[in-house]
Amino acid sequence: MKVTLRVYRFDPSVDEAPYYRNYHVEAEPYERVLDCLNKIKWQQDGTLAYRMSCAHGVCGSDAMKINGRCALACQKLVRECEADLILIEPLPSFTVLKDLIVDLSPFFEKVEFIRPFLIAGEAPEKERLQSPEQRKKMGESIRCILCACCTGACPVVNENDKFLGPAPLIQAFRRIFDSRDTQKVERLDQLDVEDGVWACLNHFECTRVCPKEIPVTKYINTTKREIKRFLGQSEE
Amino acid sequence: MEFIFDALVVGSGLAGLRAALEIPENLKVGLISKVFPTRSHSGAAQGGIGAALGNEEPDSWEWHMYDTVKGGDYLTDQDAAETLAMDAARAVYELEHMGVPFNRTPEGKIAQRAFGGHTRNFGEGPVKRSCFAADRTGRVVLDTMFGKAVERKIHIFTEFYMLDVIIDHGKVAGIISYELATGHLHTIWSKAVLIATGGFGRVYKTNSNCFTNTGDGVYLCYRNGVPLEDMEFVQFHPTGIYPLGVLVSEAARGEGGVLKNGIGRRFMPDYAPTLVDLAPRDVVSRAISTEIRAGRGVDGKDYVNLDLTHLGADKIEEKLSDISSFARIYLGVDATSEPIPVTPTCHYMMGGIPTDLNGRVLNVNGSPISGLYSAGEAACVSVHGANRLGTNSLLDLVVFGRRAGRAMTEDIKSLGAPTPVKDSQGRVEARIKAIKDGKGPKPADLRTKMKQIMTDFCSVFRNQADMERGLREIRGLKEQYRSVSIDNKGENYNTDLLDAIELESLLGLAEVILVSALSRTESRGAHYREDYPDRDDHNWLKHTLVMAGSHDPEVSFKPVKITRFQPKARKF
Repeated sequence: MKVTLRVYRFDPSVDEAPYYRNYHVEAEPYERVLDCLNKIKWQQDGTLAYRMSCAHGVCGSDAMKINGRCALACQKLVRECEADLILIEPLPSFTVLKDLIVDLSPFFEKVEFIRPFLIAGEAPEKERLQSPEQRKKMGESIRCILCACCTGACPVVNENDKFLGPAPLIQAFRRIFDSRDTQKVERLDQLDVEDGVWACLNHFECTRVCPKEIPVTKYINTTKREIKRFLGQSEE
Repeated sequence: MEFIFDALVVGSGLAGLRAALEIPENLKVGLISKVFPTRSHSGAAQGGIGAALGNEEPDSWEWHMYDTVKGGDYLTDQDAAETLAMDAARAVYELEHMGVPFNRTPEGKIAQRAFGGHTRNFGEGPVKRSCFAADRTGRVVLDTMFGKAVERKIHIFTEFYMLDVIIDHGKVAGIISYELATGHLHTIWSKAVLIATGGFGRVYKTNSNCFTNTGDGVYLCYRNGVPLEDMEFVQFHPTGIYPLGVLVSEAARGEGGVLKNGIGRRFMPDYAPTLVDLAPRDVVSRAISTEIRAGRGVDGKDYVNLDLTHLGADKIEEKLSDISSFARIYLGVDATSEPIPVTPTCHYMMGGIPTDLNGRVLNVNGSPISGLYSAGEAACVSVHGANRLGTNSLLDLVVFGRRAGRAMTEDIKSLGAPTPVKDSQGRVEARIKAIKDGKGPKPADLRTKMKQIMTDFCSVFRNQADMERGLREIRGLKEQYRSVSIDNKGENYNTDLLDAIELESLLGLAEVILVSALSRTESRGAHYREDYPDRDDHNWLKHTLVMAGSHDPEVSFKPVKITRFQPKARKF
């Protein structure tokens, strides 16, 4: 089938302002939007820039806005794009470096801020024991691939760049609910601030767009309850 | 710009990260990567990491070593297999201590499951040896290792490509790196350089590899006089989703999934009576290809079915949720009620840069090249021989990545400061200019042809006539590549340029694969010759080495290290 992609283009080194360009490609219904972008880049216009790597929703490189919604281009099939025209734009809330490539460094700084590593005491000779029930408390949070779709889609992030944002909160959740981690209270305390969990206003956009189907908003609310339980009076 | 390091790690997958973590903080360590570290392809590993913990049933590292040797069709260097198997439990406990969220047994230990080619008591039947976190083990291990690198504050240069390795008078001096954001070249001088740039499955049309797996490190070493070992051994994973090639982990069969042909019959008992669907990958891939060639594919097409429907929704959700979501997203198939169409997909390169047990890169005479190290899929220890077992790859990365980091640390004490080489960037600058000035074919056209040639003439089944034709055609493409052209002449985020540069690596490695495969006139592991269908230990129990010659690549050989297990007929 014939598909038209309307693609956001902007090269800050030469363009005064962003613009859109239409590309027509032949694509099978089962092909990915990423396949369409590759056809453009490889056959029509090698100046188009975007990130990609694994092409099956594991590495998290190709997050972008597809028909107005944040998604991975490798996980969105042509047949799912209802209109004949597929609108492709960079992830919102981030500075565009070129075309669909955005500056994710503020995002990763926030991920690093929450200390994305296990903090635990001395290790035994073998494994630390953890029951299947304890393991389940981390839930789907271990599926997070740091693609930043949730953060791009979050209306709060869009207005307040100090908000930690959904993905870093999911990364924190993973450690807070890991029975092996000894810093639960400190981690909760770190999030118990205006631009931490409490900035989340339950828009649920993160949950809607998460390509790994993590119940992001639910986990943020679980974290809020855990703060109340462990720290009592909060800044809410 | 110029940078100076004690140790430079190229590649931020698990081998590179594990090596970097092993180097003490008082040394200056740099890590460069084409992608942000958590985008590395180690993250695509699904099914688990092998270690004889014995958490589910009795197991021993000797059995694991035996399986690794037999799985590799006795081409595995047995000292390497011993190192791998003996160190496996420590390595997995270490990952657990770092925070990997493994699935658990009811007693709270690391859960384990069966996997292809892993057996109890030297081949008697499958054993539960794969330690796993659902079917995203690689991803959570990578995330965990990245977290440790954050904790250690290791400086990572992301979206930096390596465009050349500087080897001067048999000693490494550093690398030339290209910064994607700006198009600037940087010379990075370093006493020690680790090549951990992964594999190059992208030379084939259908593959499970990410777009970044273009073998740059392996090719650049080759171009600079390092031999490549056992390059004919290319693993085709039996179960890639048809037609995309996206991987469906062997864990699907480890948990009880079965393969069925077009008439709905289980065919693996015909090929591997003891291990059936859990035979090693080369055996299962050949079985699937044989069924398809005999007209027993599904609906006359080039695929068979992987049936998980009898496992139940709960088990699939708990242990195989990623692969069931792949089937749903890409095919609209509900794995709990319908089979998944699968076909062999190029997955892993057993061959690569020859190293000793400590990651030191070896020249054609078997002596270390001063300051040069390699680990992971880029390297050939050789611990996987002619066919790698599932779960041994993640294990290889953390075991030999760590050992390489240790060796670098030790050697740096006696390695002098790198000697700067004059006009180090000249060759790379000239190359970039030539590509930007090119008037010939586009990289994508040449690449598409290369993938088709390799798929048609050097895949699961091989013969001399096909491979000779393939080699002629690949050489024709190499000739055309000399005038390759691109649209994008700009500086910032010029992925068009990098596509063209990566294609040189792929074409060079495709040629080496063909040359190696043509030279080996026997069938062993993943290398199956229709014209030489038997294993020939008398003539071919040896590793292939290929060096870049003044004209054509030059082939030589080196012996296999055999310690405990004498070669026997390989039946499963």
